[in-house]
Amino acid sequence: MSSPKSNLTSMCAIRSTCPYCGVGCGVLLGPDGQGGLDVRGDQDHPANFGRLCSKGSALGETVSLEGRLLAPQIDGREADWDTALDLVARRFSDTIAEHGPDSVAFYVSGQLLTEDYYVANKLMKGYIGSANIDTNSRLCMASTVAGHKRAFGTDTVPGTYEDLDEADVIVLTGSNLAWCHPVLYQRILATRKKRPDQKLIVIDPRRTASCDLADLHLPLALGSDVALFNGLLAEIDKRGLIYREFAENVSGLDEAIAAAKADDLSVTGLSDDLLTTFYDLWCGSEKVVTIFSQGVNQSSSGTDKVNSITNCHLATGRIGRVGMGPFSVTGQPNAMGGREVGGLANMLACHLDIENAAHRNAVKSFWSAPEMPEHPGLKAVDMFRAVGEGKIKALWILHTNPAVSMPDADRVRDAIAGCDFVVVSDITGATDTARLAHVLLPATAWGEKSGTVTNSDRLISRQRPALPAPGRARADWEQLAEVARRMGFKDGFDYETPAEIFREYAALSGIAGGFGKDFDISGLKDLTDTQYDTLAPTRWPVTDGKAGGRFFADGKFFTPDGKGRMLPVTWKPPVARQEPRYPFRLNTGRIRDQWHTMTRTARSPRLSAHLGEPFLEIHPEDAKAKGIGPTSLVEVKTPNGTAILRAMITDRIARGEVFAPMHWTGENAPAARVDALVAPVTDPVSGQPESKGSVASIAPFEAEWYGFAISQAPVHATSDYWALAKTYAGYRVEMAGKETPEDWVDEARRIFGLPDADVQTMLDPAKGTARIALHQDGALKAALFISRGPVAVMRDYLANLPGEAAPMVLSGKSPADQPDPGPTLCSCFNVGVNTILDAIETRGLMTVDAIGEALQAGTNCGSCRSEIAALIKRAEGKEAAE
Amino acid sequence: MVERLVIVGAGMASGRLLDHLTGEAPDAFDITLFNAEPRGTYDRLMLSPVLAGEKCYAEIVTHDDAWYAKNDVTCRFGEWVHGIDRDRKVVIGEKGEVPYDKLVIATGSTPFIVPLPGHDLPGVIAYRDLEDTEEMMRLGDTPGTRAVVIGGGLLGLEAAAGMAARGVHVTVVHLNGHLMDRQLDCEAAGLLRRALEARGIEVVCSANSKEIIAGDDGRVSALLLEDGRRLHCDLLVMAVGIRPSITLAQAAGIETGRGVIVDDQLLTSDPNIFALGECVEHDGALFGLVAPLFEQAKVLAKTLCGEPAHYVNKEVSTKLKVTGCDLFSAGDFRDGEGRECITYSDAPSAVYKRLVIENDRLIGAVMYGDTNDGAWFFNLIREGADVSAMREMMIFGPAYQDAPPPPPIPAPVLLEAIA
Repeated sequence: MSSPKSNLTSMCAIRSTCPYCGVGCGVLLGPDGQGGLDVRGDQDHPANFGRLCSKGSALGETVSLEGRLLAPQIDGREADWDTALDLVARRFSDTIAEHGPDSVAFYVSGQLLTEDYYVANKLMKGYIGSANIDTNSRLCMASTVAGHKRAFGTDTVPGTYEDLDEADVIVLTGSNLAWCHPVLYQRILATRKKRPDQKLIVIDPRRTASCDLADLHLPLALGSDVALFNGLLAEIDKRGLIYREFAENVSGLDEAIAAAKADDLSVTGLSDDLLTTFYDLWCGSEKVVTIFSQGVNQSSSGTDKVNSITNCHLATGRIGRVGMGPFSVTGQPNAMGGREVGGLANMLACHLDIENAAHRNAVKSFWSAPEMPEHPGLKAVDMFRAVGEGKIKALWILHTNPAVSMPDADRVRDAIAGCDFVVVSDITGATDTARLAHVLLPATAWGEKSGTVTNSDRLISRQRPALPAPGRARADWEQLAEVARRMGFKDGFDYETPAEIFREYAALSGIAGGFGKDFDISGLKDLTDTQYDTLAPTRWPVTDGKAGGRFFADGKFFTPDGKGRMLPVTWKPPVARQEPRYPFRLNTGRIRDQWHTMTRTARSPRLSAHLGEPFLEIHPEDAKAKGIGPTSLVEVKTPNGTAILRAMITDRIARGEVFAPMHWTGENAPAARVDALVAPVTDPVSGQPESKGSVASIAPFEAEWYGFAISQAPVHATSDYWALAKTYAGYRVEMAGKETPEDWVDEARRIFGLPDADVQTMLDPAKGTARIALHQDGALKAALFISRGPVAVMRDYLANLPGEAAPMVLSGKSPADQPDPGPTLCSCFNVGVNTILDAIETRGLMTVDAIGEALQAGTNCGSCRSEIAALIKRAEGKEAAE
Repeated sequence: MVERLVIVGAGMASGRLLDHLTGEAPDAFDITLFNAEPRGTYDRLMLSPVLAGEKCYAEIVTHDDAWYAKNDVTCRFGEWVHGIDRDRKVVIGEKGEVPYDKLVIATGSTPFIVPLPGHDLPGVIAYRDLEDTEEMMRLGDTPGTRAVVIGGGLLGLEAAAGMAARGVHVTVVHLNGHLMDRQLDCEAAGLLRRALEARGIEVVCSANSKEIIAGDDGRVSALLLEDGRRLHCDLLVMAVGIRPSITLAQAAGIETGRGVIVDDQLLTSDPNIFALGECVEHDGALFGLVAPLFEQAKVLAKTLCGEPAHYVNKEVSTKLKVTGCDLFSAGDFRDGEGRECITYSDAPSAVYKRLVIENDRLIGAVMYGDTNDGAWFFNLIREGADVSAMREMMIFGPAYQDAPPPPPIPAPVLLEAIA
């Protein structure tokens, strides 16, 4: 286990980059020589200056080889690499020969390193001759890419993180930065400590954790962002704040303003007072940064939303200068790298355009490519639709889990299951998607891989290996190059190191630079292997004349006429319409301590303790009306699917809306695959799905029994509802079902796989209570607590018992001398709610810092500080009441 | 004027009565105490530890000669009482009459001897008094001896365990399908049986005795069962129950049923004669356990002193005094319509508990292996309080009741609730 407190000597520290969100934090890795890894923030990395969030801090808990895929598999049986690679190459070649290049596809990931991405893109677009390569960044960034291209001519993030330090006003729109990009949020909070006059505005239908310390929260109606920013643009115009001199370099100003004025601001549902306050703040200082993320992107009008934001910054010239600009923050470690390299079906490479013959020919000749597609390939939603229709007959999925994460996930899962030939490269075979593969290829994981990633502010950083590749795992670029060579493309893929690939990529970007594109890192094309290995974080562009910096302050854009573009945009509601059958609007998103489909974060007990169960946020009035209690399970139905989630009744969410995190999968909560609820509706420009605007009905899940289980080993639960989470002692599971097993003791033996263990029981059949513990050699192996209502036991105490002698486990309570720490609040130091409450009440620690000093809670990543503050506030309220 | 009080019988109930009277009203009575056994009161419950060699007789005597002397109690020990002349208000002893103003009949009970052929053979005994105990103890002095105990109830098992501890090979013969069927359910009895077998005691359940067979020496030599099995033995102990000793009262014309009928003040049909202990029948109930007897003694002492007091029959609990077999039973634990059971079973530790609930009230409890909370459950039964609120945690005992159960809220909701 790693600990943020442990001493990592700089002697053994290896600099690398965190594999989670797009902040791109530098980490120092200290291998312990036994497969473990000590992980600390890199003080010298400009993205984080040593800070890490709870997820980054817990990386060391995720590198064990438990559950790792260590050898290739064909149809579930272990195979050698040659057999597996030959099979993949032959099946792809045969399919292409018979059905043409568009009958195959790659679905890749923002988890891939740039070098992996480059090889995949080159193989598909240059050698197979199709553009059917798309990435899961389609689900998170595509609208920003499209919006950037429409406004700037290229997919360019104009500013840098330093702008957050310099801004007077920071707007978060569609971004729960506190949970999804905690290090950037902490950076803002640190600035506000030094400059208390810096204002923070949060625009979000939900009152998220990011609102806790904000100056202003605009709880706009879900999906009404365009109307709000149009209102702002009209106000900018009204107040005479159009920067006329800069507007010389911008086209579409008048049309955009006209459209803005004509739009209906009332759809935001915001009061005039709130709007005025927002306008005053936004207009009151030039130095405004508008940070946006999935709340903007994941929409059928995502591209318009992006442009409604860029419109305001272009109109005021607040772009590319210190402390100002529109700022997209990305959700994956290398979403940006994928965009740069051309990993999207509608891009070519290095921000060059697929439909542009000159671009195409230049790339074709650079690659010596036999074939080049002339049209964009299928974007993610269309790609899987084509898989379902049998048009795509061979599919290679790398490091992503579309059977869970795609909208209409049940259909996507069925489509993959029905595809003729599916290859999955991953670090584990235990994902919903990997279980559907014909060929499984074991890939090296973060901590083992070597290459580069680009973060949200154009900083290229190295991911460096600190651990050996386990078993027969190989890098993704190697797998791709091997298959390419076996398909007969010997010359283009004879790479031996990622450095070689990087140099070729940097050289190609010089061609893009030659076309006047933004993305040009040709200054790095001659890096030696050593220089590549020691490459410090470098912001692009990197050419003879340019190095990093900001874009567009000079009024020069990458459009054909060189002007920035403002677009006339008009609010459109989400595509799915609320109706009596589906009266609720379903919002989805991330939580603080999990990431994507949990294949890595679910391995960490610390991270699994914060919100250990899939849930649905419901407004108290809605819950009351639907008969949903605070511990109920809720059945959520949409036209696309059904899910069962734990009710979280809270006024953080508006009436008529519900919110569910999208992380849980068939591996840990099969009834809670939230993307199975989401309609496969996309933005017409970007092809990005509307993940936050489905319609739903909610009703109590009428369980006949509820259960809670703890176990040292994984649990084979099969009930209607179950959710499994990792603990230090093993696993914990919440369960519920509509049918009661005949014999709970038999059921316990079955789900825990312990047919011969010593058994302890407490049975009250008349009340439907059953408690069963299974022991072996004097140590608790597993226990099951069943009740007709939600189970009342000390979960956090019980979770630590497996593996120990626990004769009184069935009581479900800790002995009096062992206080129950409560649910974990501070994940970094594993401090529970009750521990903090006790410190507040009995030790009188009434500040977050005092708590931190005493318990360490909140002193690492800081993302729980607002929750600690809330506890203190509550205690103060209680005292005042007394 | 000092009243003349005569007490017939010096068992435990009588001893407790004397404690109350001499303590609370030392000068109110001129007391004469008859006892057929040639000794005063000792703790009969402790005979089993004496038999098992864990205590000696001197340790279990509660009232010795010095005590009687100090408290001016006239002792007529080893003397049978032949009759009561109610008209003359005298007790007729073997050695002469004693007049009384108030008389207490505390003649106790006699063991029931199953009238099998051979039941009167030498070597067939009951388990009642010190003499019986000593006979069993002597058996252990000879290696290789065997004993059969008929009756797998409380007393029989204590006798069996005691003799087994002295090296005697013991077989327990029990009519019912499981041991201690009046106190235990099948599951607990099974654990008990395994524990007894582990100490070398043979247990034969569902066994009908047919005949007691004599040996060449005229003493008992075997028990023959209906199924033809022949169990060899040098001593046969009958422990199949007791009967109230009512002959004296009956002969005096006092109203009797199965026992001497008494009212809530322990008064018999004669206004000057009270009865107490295992010989009485109160409200249709007979008594074999010590707790109600002590309660009766208390009520009777008050009544004699002219204070108002009522005896109310309450639930009783049982503990088996066999070292290493922790067992507790109280109330009514049989299955039945409207009855619900909570069970706790810990096979590896040989712990078993069963609570019986009727109309949201605890009416019975059986425990084996861990009886620490017995008194607490016993109280719940006696109080008859509604236990529905504590039902889920009740079987874990008082240590787990102090705090309400934790909220049944999984982590995410709890966090939200406090945030």
